[in-house]
Parts: sequence; structure tokens; C-alpha cells
Amino acid sequence: MTIIDKPADVPAPRAGDDFDGPLLEVRDLHVEFHTRDGIAKAVNGVNYTVNAGETLAVLGESGSGKSVTAQAIMGILDMPPGRIPKGEIFFRGEDMLRMSGEERRKIRGRKIAMIFQDALSSLNPVLSVGYQLGEMFRVHQGLSKKDAKLKAIELMDRVRIPAAKERVGDYPHQFSGGMRQRIMIAMALALEPELIIADEPTTALDVTVQAQVMDLLAELQREYNMGLILITHDLGVVADVADKIAVMYAGRIVETAPVHELYKRPAHPYTRGLLDSIPRLDQKGQELYAIKGLPPNLTRIPSGCAFNPRCPKAQDICRTEVPALLPVTERDGSELAGRGSACHFWKETIHG
Amino acid sequence: MAELSKAGEPQDALDATPNVTDVEVVDAHSDAEAVAAIEAPVERGEPILQVRNLVKHFPLTQGILFKRQIGAVKAVDGVSFDLYQGETLGIVGESGCGKSTVAKLLMTLEKATAGEVFYKGQDITKLSGRALKAVRRNIQMVFQDPYTSLNPRMTVGDIIGEPFDIHPDVAPKGDRRRKVQELLDVVGLNPEYINRYPHQFSGGQRQRIGIARGLALNPEIIICDEPVSALDVSVQAQVINLMEKLQDEFNLSYIFIAHDLSIVRHISDRVGVMYLGKMAEIGTDEQIYDHPTHPYTQALLSAVPVPDPEAREGRERIILTGDVPSPANPPSGCRFRTRCWKAQDKCATEVPLLAVPERFAGQDAPAAHESACHFAEEKDVVHAA
Amino acid sequence: MPEKTAEKAEKTVANDLAQGTAAVAAESGPTPAKARSLWSDAWHDLRRNPLFLVSAVLILLLVVMAAAPGLFTSASPRDADLAKHYLQHPNWGNFFAPDWLGYDGQGRSIYARIVYGARASILVGVGVTVLVAVLGTAVGMTAGYFGGWLDSMLSRVTDVFMAIPYLLGALVVLTTFEVRTVWVVMLAMAFLGWTTIARVARGSVITVKQADYVVAAKALGASTTRIMLKHILPNALAPIIVVATIALGGYIAAEATLSFLGVGLAEPTVSWGVDVSAGREQLRNAPYVLIIPSVMVSITVLSFLMFGDAVRNALDPKLR
Repeated sequence: MTIIDKPADVPAPRAGDDFDGPLLEVRDLHVEFHTRDGIAKAVNGVNYTVNAGETLAVLGESGSGKSVTAQAIMGILDMPPGRIPKGEIFFRGEDMLRMSGEERRKIRGRKIAMIFQDALSSLNPVLSVGYQLGEMFRVHQGLSKKDAKLKAIELMDRVRIPAAKERVGDYPHQFSGGMRQRIMIAMALALEPELIIADEPTTALDVTVQAQVMDLLAELQREYNMGLILITHDLGVVADVADKIAVMYAGRIVETAPVHELYKRPAHPYTRGLLDSIPRLDQKGQELYAIKGLPPNLTRIPSGCAFNPRCPKAQDICRTEVPALLPVTERDGSELAGRGSACHFWKETIHG
Repeated sequence: MAELSKAGEPQDALDATPNVTDVEVVDAHSDAEAVAAIEAPVERGEPILQVRNLVKHFPLTQGILFKRQIGAVKAVDGVSFDLYQGETLGIVGESGCGKSTVAKLLMTLEKATAGEVFYKGQDITKLSGRALKAVRRNIQMVFQDPYTSLNPRMTVGDIIGEPFDIHPDVAPKGDRRRKVQELLDVVGLNPEYINRYPHQFSGGQRQRIGIARGLALNPEIIICDEPVSALDVSVQAQVINLMEKLQDEFNLSYIFIAHDLSIVRHISDRVGVMYLGKMAEIGTDEQIYDHPTHPYTQALLSAVPVPDPEAREGRERIILTGDVPSPANPPSGCRFRTRCWKAQDKCATEVPLLAVPERFAGQDAPAAHESACHFAEEKDVVHAA
Repeated sequence: MPEKTAEKAEKTVANDLAQGTAAVAAESGPTPAKARSLWSDAWHDLRRNPLFLVSAVLILLLVVMAAAPGLFTSASPRDADLAKHYLQHPNWGNFFAPDWLGYDGQGRSIYARIVYGARASILVGVGVTVLVAVLGTAVGMTAGYFGGWLDSMLSRVTDVFMAIPYLLGALVVLTTFEVRTVWVVMLAMAFLGWTTIARVARGSVITVKQADYVVAAKALGASTTRIMLKHILPNALAPIIVVATIALGGYIAAEATLSFLGVGLAEPTVSWGVDVSAGREQLRNAPYVLIIPSVMVSITVLSFLMFGDAVRNALDPKLR
């Protein structure tokens, strides 16, 4: 599970039905956008894998490339202005970037589904919720109108929408924010996909509802043994549900770790800075730690480590050499499973 | 619209206002007297803004030609609190609890349906003309969305300088450019940016511009409506630190409205928790966070995701069922009862008043603070057991 | 769902990108970022749009033609020489000479009439657009900003005017005038044509007035005039400009139509519409008498449409 920056000599996984490799593997993915101000390098060599039944949280701020990566996986990048100059995305061992449009469409929605932040604008306001849920079955499985409606009710029950039978004919605006997000989840689940990508699924919701929705998502994932990519900027949300976390900064993964490890002992100064800059609920703090400066301009990413202008540990080497994502080890050299850091000084960061 | 509150809601639903001090009303008979009262200084620790039974109902109408009122959204339904000079009062609650409407009412951007807002003894809901303009000078606002709160067609210099155009007596014309540059410097932006446009800045920088505009007139109170919720985590901390620094430097009082409970704790001296247009609980940050007595506060606090898996494992999580009811048709009695695990018959019939619960009355314990619950009891949900 | 998802995601990409580049100009980087207003950004885009360049050159040519026809031809459009009756065919090789495009039924140089006719078209087009934009914006802004009964009233008035079929209305209004100068035609057309802009302006103002910066200005105690002129108008203007430039071509076409029908401009005013109308009589023997001014109308209308399109692309906030 250790993610190494340059997997060049690893043979491409074998495809097929009896495929036992990772569900999804992203390799050296690059995405750029042509803008008025030049080429914005949104994703610069991302590698990650997701297995069935596993939750990967991708954590990053706006402009970190976390959503763009997900959109590249879904195949819904706006191209142009977007472009994928390099990289592979293997789904069950097959490179989706080399597939025909038709083949990709078959995967999208059926094998890989996506949940968005804003449920209201993702649902069609003039069609009833039941119709939209049923549509999935009518289009993909050729069910009759009546059967599709029954399926829709079943799905609404699954995501615990109270009185599903009575509400199946209601329109999206008649539901509250939390309920709409449940409907989105139901829609994503409809065809029992193998992988779900959730892009900030609870950001627009209230705290008391956030917990409900996250719990539901985690439970359904276990039940269906799906892979889940959870994209978020909220360090708090991921703590509960994720198995492993990838922290992104300026289009690169700067740290990967199992959840508990990351919070306990961050191995990258950016992660450490993020953790320190969150105020605590259980104690009144002094002045907040703040990472100085601003996220970089994607058209002019600093040379060397992209974080170097904001980093308290930066040395000359950080300004010239791009740090590779290397495995992180204990002080005595013993391996720490699943941990990696793209920092020249990860040893100093994690061990003291 | 005043009849509305009588028709729609029995008067006993209003708070008995025990959490507040007496208002020394200033009877101004002319604009000049009012302005004089507004400009008088307030001692540190004295109340500067006193809100009494504030009500805002938005009428719901039906029909195109002959509009007929069919009900009202009770956005704010009898809220009372004091703001003391130099302190930060945090107001937290979920969407639809009325916290943003409170901000608009305090800014006199909306007309209150009933109730009063006393600023130095003057009821600002009834002011107009010169006196109102003087109040507006002293109460400023910082908005949530740094992308829509700055006019995209104006330069930063024009945006921060606009307060001086509207209140020309604050800064003489020749002095304005220098003042604007000073303000940019105060909020940590390069004064040379004066001729740039908002879209050339990032979210955090724009929020600094918004703060600079709020500071321009040297106000006494700044109302911050979710000032950091649109910002990235790493930038949030910068803006929060800036706001704390400015509070000390300019002797400001803040009303800090937010849904993020951790940030509110960090910045606030006192905190009020709102639910469906009413104040559920109010007290110092320690009283609210470490000794909450209202079940809603407890649920809210326990739901906050803590970025520390180990600390949260020992915590009790209360997951509320259902959603916030519609403010157009709030539950009878206690508004929280539909989602409360303690609810009993009494809760459906009797509106709990915001007062120190009887069982804690007279005690010197931190649990003895105002809480609008019939069955208030202390419960620590923040710290690991 | 895939389709829907894709749509949504496109938006997200745009957002993400916008956020990613938001910090762009502002910080980091040695390049001295200059002040860049949204208008100057639009201008920057426009200059690189071939559609804009082509249409701008054409429009510039037409405007110069309208302002100083003497630069293009020495012949007078009113000099009739029956000896050069309309069977005098165009002399295609003889560029810019009076006989280049031949002569019409009364022996007048078609080329000269084309050159001089530009003035009426441009004048009516630009004049109507300006009148319509001012009137429509004023009505739309008042209705949109103040809302309530004022909005209801103004919107109903707009609806009433909108319900009048444009050409029929213009026909009726214009037939009541004995003498129909350019000014009369212009006023009549503007009188009936302001409704579209009023609606666009109203919608645009309603959107803008909810923006936080307008609330911020109110909170500062800004006067209504100040809010309208400083905050609302500049931000509501873009769609109005777009609709107005695109409509300009339409007004030129409408003027030609009205003149053709005999209720717009009339002799002795030199106008392409008048010429098209006259060319009808000898369509079989001398089709060019009709075709040449028609083509001019089309080119002009097309230029303004393309111009409007280019302006819309540059100003459309969704693309930035």
C-alpha cells in the first residue's frame, strides 16, 4: 500500500474478471488547464490506490487538485481547457484514459459513481425524486415504470428517508439539505457501483446532520464492500470514517498515512501546520498557529518543494529539488505501513 | 406587521430577559441630542449594545393580485442579549436558526417586527436620518463571502475609501488615499495594492479588504457574519489572528456569528446558542463548552468532528434524529422538543424561558447560567471521558 | 445520472480552476501584477477574438462611410441622369468609380447611393439603440431596484408594449406622420423597442442588488443614488450592453424593412431600404439594383451581430 512517487518499473496490472489487484490505481497523473494567465498545473503526478471496502480520504485546500483528480477519474473533466498530458488511471487493471468514450460511459455511474457537495443543484428541480431515482433503473436495467418506482422507494428506505412511500413523488426542493444529500447517495448507490467518489459530501450541511450523513455513507460502504474516495478540506470529517489519508498540496500528494498515525505524528510540515491551525473545541487556546503566506499560484508553482515559501523548515535544498514521496520509517528504520512523506526533512518533522 | 406577533404567538413566548442588565434609556428629543448620545464613549465592560425581545417575522403571502398573508417565517422570535464594550459575543447555531437575521437587524438592514436594540441607550430600530447615520458609522459588518462582498468593478482603494465618501467628516479629501493605505497596512496587505481589483486577490486577502472597509470609520462594534467559513483552513487562522489583534488595537466589540463551534470558542468571551429563532443557552465560553446544560448545545457540541481520532473515541456522541423544523411552523412549547431525547409532555405545552435553571439557582457553579430548558442538567460532551 | 453528473462536474472544474487561479495575480511571483479591471480583462479578450476584429473593421468602415461619404465617392447620390438609365449594368472592374455598381432606374450611381445610404442605416441603428438602452435601463433599474408596486406597475407597462407586434406597431405609428425624417423613424422605433432591454435590466438589477457589496454599501449608510450609480449600474451593465449591440443589427434591418414597406424613410432621404424598394420594379431586367443594397443591409446587420457576439463572449461572467 505504500505509495511511491515513481512507479515506473512496476508492470501494468493484469486485467480481467479474476483481477485481484487494487480496485482503482492512479499513476503519475498530471492535469493542466489553459487559462488566460498561462498553464495552470492543477495535478502534478498523483499516485494512489483504493481497494474494495477501503476508504481513502483526499485532504486538501482549494486549488490543491483534489477535486480535479476525482474528475479525471470520473472522466468528467472539462477538456478543453483541461488536458491530461501524462498518467494512467487503472480501474480493475484497465487504463480508463485509453478507453473509448463508450466504454467509459459504461463505467461511469454503473461502476464508479460520484456524490457532490451541492445536492440541490445536482438534482433536477422539475422532476420528482422518485422519477430521478427510477430513471437509473429504467435506463440502465430496462425496468418498467412501476418496478422502477418500487426500486426507488426501496433505495429511499435504504438511505433512511422517513416515509419513503409517501415522499417518492416529492420534488427536490421539498426536502431538507440533509435529506437531499441522502437522495444523492441513493442515486449513487442505485446501480451498486464498486467505487464511490464523494466530493465534499457534508460541507454544505449542518453539524448535527453532517454526522448522520457520514455515518450512513460509512455504513453503506461496509455493507456493499465498496471503495470510497472521500474528498474534503475538513480534517475533522475524515477522522471518523477514513482508513488512510492522502494530503494534497499544489497538485501533489505530500503525505500519506493511516488516519490515526497522521493526526498523532504528521510527517510533513504542511500537515502539521494544518493540524495546528485548527482551534480546539475542548480548550481555550492562545493565539492560533497560522501557516504564513498563501497557497501557490498554479501557473507559477514555486521551484523545488511547492510548500517551501510557507514552510518553517525550508532550507536551500527545498528551493531547488522536488522531494519525492518516500516511505516514512520509525527512528530505528523499521517500516511504518502505509506512510509516506514528500519532504526532504520528514525525519525531523516526525521524530522531533 | 406588529399585529402579527400578537396574532401568531402568545406574548408569554417572549423571554423574561433575565440574562441582561437594565437598559438606561436615553430620551433624545432631537437629532442632535441623539447624535451626542451616540458619540459618547462607553467604559470597558459596560454594555454597549442591548437587545430586548427582538422579533423578525417574514410574512408568507399567497396570491398575485391580492396578496393575502397565510403565515410568517419566524426567523427571530424574541431574542435578548447584551454586548459589553471590548468583548466578543459568539452566536452559534445551524442554518435557519436566525443568527444571520439577527446580524441584519442589528445593522438595521432589516426592520424589526418587534423588540428593541439599544445602542448606548438609544433604540436604533426607531432612529432615522442623522442619528441613524451616526449609528451606522459606529456599527460595521464583515461579511461571509469574500467573493461577493466586494464590488468587482471598483478598485481596492475605492472600496476601502467608500466609507469616507459616505461620511466625509471622518477624513478630509486630501487625506483619504493615505488613510486607505494605512488601513491596508493594518490588515496586512501591501499598501501598493491600492489600485488593484478584488478578483486579483485570493479569498483570504479579500476578507482582509472587507475587514479594512469595516475598520475605516473607526467603529465601536463589528458584526462578523461567518467571516472565515468561506476560507481555507490555513488562511482561516491568519484571519482569526488578525481580528483578535485588531480588537485589542482598536478597542472593538465583536458579535461573531458562526456555525463552527471550535472557532467561536477560540475567539469569544461569551457565547449564545440559537435554535429556531430563539436563544437556547447563553454564557461564558467555559460555561457553554465545558458545562453545557441545554440538550441542544450538548448535541451540537458532541457532533463537532474533532480532528483527533483518539480524543474523540472517549467522547460521547449524541446523534440527533431528523432535521430542523421549518421556522414557518415551529413546534409548540420548546422548539427543540421534536429532536430532544429528554422531551416530555411539559415541553410541548410550556415554552421554557431563558433563565438560570432553578436547580442551579444561587449556586456559584459554572452550570449556573441561562439555559432555556425545563430539564436542564450538566453534561460534558467535549472532553474525553 | 452520468449526464447530470458530468454537467455538474464541469461547473465544479470551472470553480476549482477559478479558485486555483484566484490567488494568481495577487500574490507570489515576481511579475509586477498591474491593476486589471473586469472591463480591461474583457478588452484583453476582445482584442484576441478574430470575430471581433473582422466585425470591428467592417463597422468602422461603415461608420466612416456614414460620417464622411465624400471620402468614398465623388458622385452625388441624387444626380439623376436618365441617359444612364438602369439598364446601364455594373462595371465590376471599375472599382470605386460611380459606374462600379451600375445605375438605378433614375440613372443614379448605385455606388454613390450605397455610400450615402450608410448614414441613414447607421444613424437609425445607433440612435435607436442609444434611446432604447437609456429608456430601457432607466425603467428596468427602477422596477428592479425598488420592487413592490412600482415594479408591478412598470412591468405591466412593459408587458403592454411587448404585446404590440413590433412591425405592425411601427407601421401604425409611422403612418400617422406625414413627413418621416430619420429622427421620426428613430423615435418611433425606440418608442416600441425598449421593452427587451427593460426586462434584461430589471433581471440584472435584481440579481446584483442581492450581492453582499450592495448590502455592505447600505450598511455604511450610502444613499440610494450612490448605490444605484456606483454599485448596481456598473455591475448590471454587461448584459444590457450585450443585448443592445446584438439588437443594433436588428434595428438596421427593421429600418430597411419599414422603408421597403414605404412607411419608413422615403425619398429624398437616401437609404438602403428605399433603394431595395425601388429596385423591386425592375427585378427581372436589373436584379443588381435590388440585390446590392440588400447585400449591404445584410453585411451591416451581420457585422453588428458578430460584434455583439464577441462582446458577449468577453463580458459573460460565466466564462471568467
